[in-house]
Order: sequence, then structure tokens, then C-alpha cells
Amino acid sequence: MMLVVVAAGLAIISLGIGPVRLSPRAVVTALGGGGDAIAEVIVREIRLPRTILAVAIGAILGLSGAALQGLLRNPLASPDLFGAPQSAALGAVLVIALGAADVRSWALPAAAIAMAFVSVFALLAIAGRNASLLLLILAGLALSSLAGALTSLALNLSPNPFAALEISFWLLGSIEDRSFRHVVLALPFIIAGGAILLGRRHAFRVLSLGEEAAQSLGIDVARVRLSVIVGVALGVGGAVAVSGTIGFIGLVAPHLVRPLIGPDPARLLLPSALAGACLLLASDVAVRLIPAAEPLKVGVLTSIIGVPFFLYLIMRERRSLGGAAT
Amino acid sequence: MSAPPFLVVEGLGVTLAAREVLREVSFALPRRGLVALVGPNGAGKTTLLRALARLLPPHAVHGTVTLDGVDVGTLSIRARALRFAYLPQGHTVSWPLPARDVVALGRTPHGATDPARLTAADAAAVDRAMAAADVESFADRRVTELSGGERSRVALARVLAVEAPVILADEPIASLDPRYQIEVMATLRRAADGGVLVVVVTHDLGLAARFADQVLVLDGGRLVAQGPSDVALTDAILADVFRITAFRAGHDGGVVLVPWSPQ
Repeated sequence: MMLVVVAAGLAIISLGIGPVRLSPRAVVTALGGGGDAIAEVIVREIRLPRTILAVAIGAILGLSGAALQGLLRNPLASPDLFGAPQSAALGAVLVIALGAADVRSWALPAAAIAMAFVSVFALLAIAGRNASLLLLILAGLALSSLAGALTSLALNLSPNPFAALEISFWLLGSIEDRSFRHVVLALPFIIAGGAILLGRRHAFRVLSLGEEAAQSLGIDVARVRLSVIVGVALGVGGAVAVSGTIGFIGLVAPHLVRPLIGPDPARLLLPSALAGACLLLASDVAVRLIPAAEPLKVGVLTSIIGVPFFLYLIMRERRSLGGAAT
Repeated sequence: MSAPPFLVVEGLGVTLAAREVLREVSFALPRRGLVALVGPNGAGKTTLLRALARLLPPHAVHGTVTLDGVDVGTLSIRARALRFAYLPQGHTVSWPLPARDVVALGRTPHGATDPARLTAADAAAVDRAMAAADVESFADRRVTELSGGERSRVALARVLAVEAPVILADEPIASLDPRYQIEVMATLRRAADGGVLVVVVTHDLGLAARFADQVLVLDGGRLVAQGPSDVALTDAILADVFRITAFRAGHDGGVVLVPWSPQ
């Protein structure tokens, strides 16, 4: 409940911040279609798509992280560590590098989703059932390195500087200057992926007993796995197709809400989505406020904040990581 | 036991990774009673439990298992979950959930999804299971904070909460101190007396002989003996299968069997 209020507040701030500053009151009147005509255009045409994307992408990243943590019963699971966004970005980059499609076509999310699916599927297949944390993270590292290497290859071989610029955009991750066309491109996939993940929430709770006990209680574990892979691929793929890779929100969001909500993996899903939305909104507001020679990319900021948090988690989980090696 | 057969296993074989783990296992068990499944390490005890509960890939299993005349292989995953309550070896809980929520997961096959919103019938079943396993005093504590003995009783309560006609428990007393071992076996014994068929895998031949109505002895994937402990755990079988001798006595109206020395 509190998270909804925080998210709404951040959304209004996000709509008010930019070259032209607007007060929260002016934002609300503009949203409602009243007040100053210029303010209305700024809020509804320019900033609203960006804010909608921040909410949707942050939410699906947080939700995907919570769902993967529930499925794998592991607090270090997240789409980023498993190479899903990196692979999705590779899919998008390939489409552009091959000149297959325009930057705003459906081919982009389709390729991103397909590559995200392949990477998550490959990860779970390589790591196997009841995989230890160490195995999952090593496999994730290998897959994200592979996606990164292939993206670099595409960058290396790109015929003109314009294509190279487009490609580098997917590595940084940003949601500035997005239009409603981008919202239309990403939102259906994000909603579909989110619905699939939320639909499985009760299975995650039963899975805390382990896969075998869950199976014995009537949970079709193989089907839950497949639907999580599909849900994460749709959501993360759709998000990456318009924003590039925005890292570590999926890892951080569930940890932020666990002290508030408790450990129950089913009850964590929705709050994690809200926390993810808050994180991306706040980061996107921050990149507009931080004075810099070049406008900061939000993906760069989330990674700079996220990686130290990841290191902190590794320190906290040191014992189970060491134990997983035996 | 001359009661009509309830769980009938015929020609059960399991092949995992090109290795024949169980071969031509056939037996019949009555509707109620405590059955101990014993055998040396690697004899196929866990595989047999998994095969009974249909937790193995279907192509790995041949032969038939019928429960009350119904072929278990034709049941849906949920119908099967309502009939067989399964306690896996080790039974860890990954998240620090309250003990009561863990027990409530046993109602999943009945359609309960949220431990915070149980129907009256589900809540009553959870209460009964917690009383039977004596875990009420720490119902609200997190399972990760409990001692090993307390955790194993919570796991047992979770299995009892299913209220299935068959309970399959894989080494529920391994790594417990003597007091908890006896308590867990006594709880399973009471469930059996209450009309449930309990199959429990154990390495403790003494507790098997003392608590079980019947003992199944597996060796190298085959069933080599079945019957009350004086029939299934004879000196000849102990020598053959376990390569041990045993000390035998009577105490308090029960059977005492203590593995004594290697042969």
C-alpha cells in the first residue's frame, strides 16, 4: 500500500522534472487535460511515455527477479545475473546490425524476446534440476559473457558509425525521448509476461519445500518452470526492446521488500514489482537531476548502484555460496 | 495381516540413466498399518517410494501400481497428490516461513492456495496435523530458526495435513536424536492405527522391528522378504542382505532387535 503511494509520488515528480520544471499540482492538472496548454503538451506528449515505461519496465524487472528467486528458491537469482537482458539486447542488436528492420518495428521486441527465452531456457537446462547457487551463477556468467561478446562482434563489424551508435545505445539502457509508439511496442509483452508470472505465485510458495515435495503436492513443476521462462522472456524481452539493458533492478527489488512483507515468495511478487517501478522511476528522476556534461543513461546509474549491492549480497550469502561448492 | 489388499504393486521396475534400479517388485499392502521399508544403501528404497507416488518420469517406470483398484498411472497429478502424501529425505524449507504456513502447504492438493486464507475445513485439518505431530507450541516461529528435531516434526505435520490414505516417508528419523526418533515413529504409528497406510524407509532395524506391522526388505533392486519382523528379519536374511548378526529379546511386550556385529 505504502509502495503504491511512493510509486505514484515518484511518477508525478518524474512528470514534472525536465528542461521545463513543473510543480506537482501543475502536473496533475495537465494530466487531467486542464491548465496551461504548453504544460499539457509537455506532460502528456513528452514525459508521460517515459514515465509509463519507467513504471512498466521497473515493475516487470522487479517481478521477474522475485519470480526467479521463488522458482529457484534462491535470493541471488535475477534476470541480469542469468544473462536474460544481455541476450535480449543481443537479439535487438542483431536485428539492427543486419539492417533487418527499422528501430520501431515489431521485429525488435520479437528478436529480444526470442533471445531472452533461449538464454533463460539454456541456463536452466545447463544448470539442471536442484542446481546449486554456484552452478547457476557460473552458467549465468557464461551466458551473459557470450551475449556481450556477440554484441561486441556486431559492434565491431557494423558497417557505419550510425549503426554502431544505435548498438551502443542497447548496452547503456535508457528511457529518455520515448514516444507512445515505444509504449505500444513494449507494454503488451510486459503485461503478458507479468500476468504469466503472477498466475504462478502460489506454486512458488509450495516450491519452498523443494521440487520433489512440490510435485508430490500436485504442482506440475516442469510446467511452472516453463511458464516462468516464458514469462521472464516476454517481460524482459519486451522491456529491453525499447530501453536496452537496465541492470540489477530485478536483483535489488525483492530484497528491498522482503523485510517489509516477509519471506513468502508468493506474497513478494506484487510488492517486488512496485519496488522495481519505484527504483526505476527514482533512477530516471536522478539522471535528470545529476548535473553532467552528457545526459546520464539510467541503465548506467542502476548498474553503478546495483553492483555494490550485489557484492553486499554475496558477502551476506558467503556461507551458502561456499556450502554450495561441496 | 489378512485384510483385503489396498495398495497392490505388480512387476514394478525402474530404469534410471540406463541402470535398472528396481526389478520385478511385487507386493500387496492392506488399507491400514505401518510398513517399514529396509535395505542396504543403494537397494532402491527411495526409488520405490518415488515410483509409488509417481514422482519419476513415466518412461522410466514399468509395471503397475493400483490403489483401491485404481491404476495410479492413470490419475491426474492432483488426484495422485490427494492419495499419496510424500515426505522426501532431507525435507528442507528454502525460505524462513512460519511453521504453521509450512504445515498449511499440505492442503495444496485440496485446493488451498494461501495459508492466510484457509477454508474452515483446511484450517481444521492443519490444526489436527499440528496437534498430532506436537508442533503447536512453535506454530508461529520460523522453520529456519527451529532445531533439527522440531523441523522434522513440522515436516511430518505437513505430510499429515494432506490427510491422504497413504503416507510415504523417506528416512524421517535420520539425523534425529533418540527421543525424536521414537516420537516420530510413534506419531506415524498413531496415524497407521487411525486408518492410514504408512510406508516408512529407515535404516534403523530396531525401530522397524518394534513399530512396524510389516517389513519389506529390498536388496539390489529386488524385494527379498516381506512380512512381520519375525518373518522378514530372520537371522538368515540379516546375514544375506545386511551381512550382520543381531541380538534379539523382548521388552515391555515388544520386539527388541539390535544389530550386533558384522558377518
